[in-house]
Amino acid sequence: MTTPLDTHGLTRENLLAIDYFLRLTRTLEERLVALFRQAKVIGGLYRSLGQEGESVAAAYALDYKQGDVVQPLIRNMGSILVAGAKPSDIIKQYMAKGDSPTRGRELNIHFGHPDRDGFIGQISMLGDMIPVMAGITLAGRMQKRNLVGMAFIGDGASSTGAFYEGMNFATVQRLPLVVILENNGYAYSTPTAKQSAVKTLADKAHAFGCASEVVDGNDVLATYAAAKRAVDRARAGEGVTLIEVKTFRIKGHAEHDNQSYVPIQLIEEWSAKDPVVQFEKALVDAGLAATSDFEAIHARVRNEVDTATDEAERSPMPRPEEAGMGLFAGDGYWGEG
Amino acid sequence: MPVTTYLDAIREAMIEEMRRDPRVFLIGEDVGSYGGAFKTSAGMIDEFGPGRVIDTPISEVAIVGAASGAALMGMRPIAEMQFIDFITCAYDMLVNFTATSRYRVGSSCPIVVRGPAGGGTHGGPFHSLNPEAMFMNRPGIKIVAPGTAYDAKGLLKAAIRDDDPVLFIEHKFLYRRIKEDLPTEDYVVPIGKANVRRTGKDITIITWGAMIYVADDAAADLANEGVSAEVIDLRSIIPFDEEAILNSVAKTNRVIILHEAPLTGGAGAEFAARIAEKAFDYLDAPIKRVAALDVPTPYSPPLEAAALPDKARVLAAARELLRY
Repeated sequence: MTTPLDTHGLTRENLLAIDYFLRLTRTLEERLVALFRQAKVIGGLYRSLGQEGESVAAAYALDYKQGDVVQPLIRNMGSILVAGAKPSDIIKQYMAKGDSPTRGRELNIHFGHPDRDGFIGQISMLGDMIPVMAGITLAGRMQKRNLVGMAFIGDGASSTGAFYEGMNFATVQRLPLVVILENNGYAYSTPTAKQSAVKTLADKAHAFGCASEVVDGNDVLATYAAAKRAVDRARAGEGVTLIEVKTFRIKGHAEHDNQSYVPIQLIEEWSAKDPVVQFEKALVDAGLAATSDFEAIHARVRNEVDTATDEAERSPMPRPEEAGMGLFAGDGYWGEG
Repeated sequence: MPVTTYLDAIREAMIEEMRRDPRVFLIGEDVGSYGGAFKTSAGMIDEFGPGRVIDTPISEVAIVGAASGAALMGMRPIAEMQFIDFITCAYDMLVNFTATSRYRVGSSCPIVVRGPAGGGTHGGPFHSLNPEAMFMNRPGIKIVAPGTAYDAKGLLKAAIRDDDPVLFIEHKFLYRRIKEDLPTEDYVVPIGKANVRRTGKDITIITWGAMIYVADDAAADLANEGVSAEVIDLRSIIPFDEEAILNSVAKTNRVIILHEAPLTGGAGAEFAARIAEKAFDYLDAPIKRVAALDVPTPYSPPLEAAALPDKARVLAAARELLRY
């Protein structure tokens, strides 16, 4: 007996690829926690436990060969893995290594060049990346490349002026931009109700005049479908879409945060809706995958994360004399350009 | 008869660069069919179209942010602030995202942010800013402040061609008051090079922007008193021409730093410190700064004139140093 499943055009191969990225995200984060506890990850560590589904599914709707660009927030490591980020680079970033993509200058997943890598890391001033992504998609249109940008933003960051300015500008310009507004219940310790008076964050779209949609962020296929619709609209020249994904942050803001401010029932309730478990179960129920498929994926992921960890641990720390280099072009530090 | 105004020089630089390089575009408020609040971009939309002369909402964060995003993708945006005062609205974007891009992640972010700065036009507290010091302590953005039409054109071209973000500070008092004959051929003025406007041996006046004319006038008066003053137009604030400063101080042994921004924490403090560190032995008198009062720029002409530095204050400072 199988349960029919609308895969929104995704093949079995696609579905297993999504599962690979989901498992890679979770396993890599678990590894980072271990490294954090060994004091090898020296900066903050921000988990996406329970949010891997929407990060991976939304980013999977982009076409990186076409030049599409995804911009994650701190809890969207899954999205840049989909875009092609290497696990070893991510671990090196967290470990502040000298051969990390930013050579030890920047933290965690704050890296990536939109044109070269297909993703661009955020800065910590929340909201600022929406105007930047507007500019990236504006350039893509000027260059007639028909690329689409996807920006993640949190419920908290949707309070910022930069978010409003960026959304307004992008919508006025009809830019090919998809904005994934992650409503995960809390911005650090502040619940969404203290963040915004609107019940549905997607309603903020009315202020801009862009399209909007609300989707269950723990439903991988529903999130993919919503993102794909928005990407298709963007590529067709129909402008910006704001997608609110409803999900939940199972862990604290960062590893140091015991989230004592979150009612335990909420954590239990949402833990039962784990997006990865739900996705795998749906595939099995539909006869699209067997447990053995997932076991193979898990083994592959564990092996890749082990290899990446070994590589990162062997990497050197940056040389102190590099601290003053690479501010401006001309000293050759970055190989220029 | 000189024909090219300081304002025209800026427009010509933008037009010539946009003809030369399809990656260059202009983005800002009212820059399109209106041609800009000061008509700096008049007619440009007719030649380049709305795709390259982009009108925006009143949204400095979006202007600077979008320009920065486009720059990462290989474009060469010129972002106009309608008045440079409004750059404070985009300060976060500029200093945190744009200026740090290369150092943090190795990504070149070559935008030019330009706009009318400075006082003397009764613009009041929000239309008179001299913003250079706000950016000097946030590494990653170059700062230029031309005082002549020649430098305005040559420095803007250099800024557009530069691989890093450049803050291009135009002095609006000069827009239509300064007229010069400019070369017909293409030229650039290198960023980081000062110009010795007047050579002298008794005292050095280091300045930039519209204050170069105040320094000129003061130097002419001093010449009548038998004092030979050297006037250095710094032109670039970051990076600045330390060699030109130190060479002049070594020659004259007395130095005034003149700027239109408020005194405390102004750019002059940095130059004074550099002279004290590197040319102390050459000094025959204390380093003197002449700058605006430490107040927001007031509106009413008698107040504004009293707040901003002028020739009389430069002369008083010079005489004090000469007597020392």
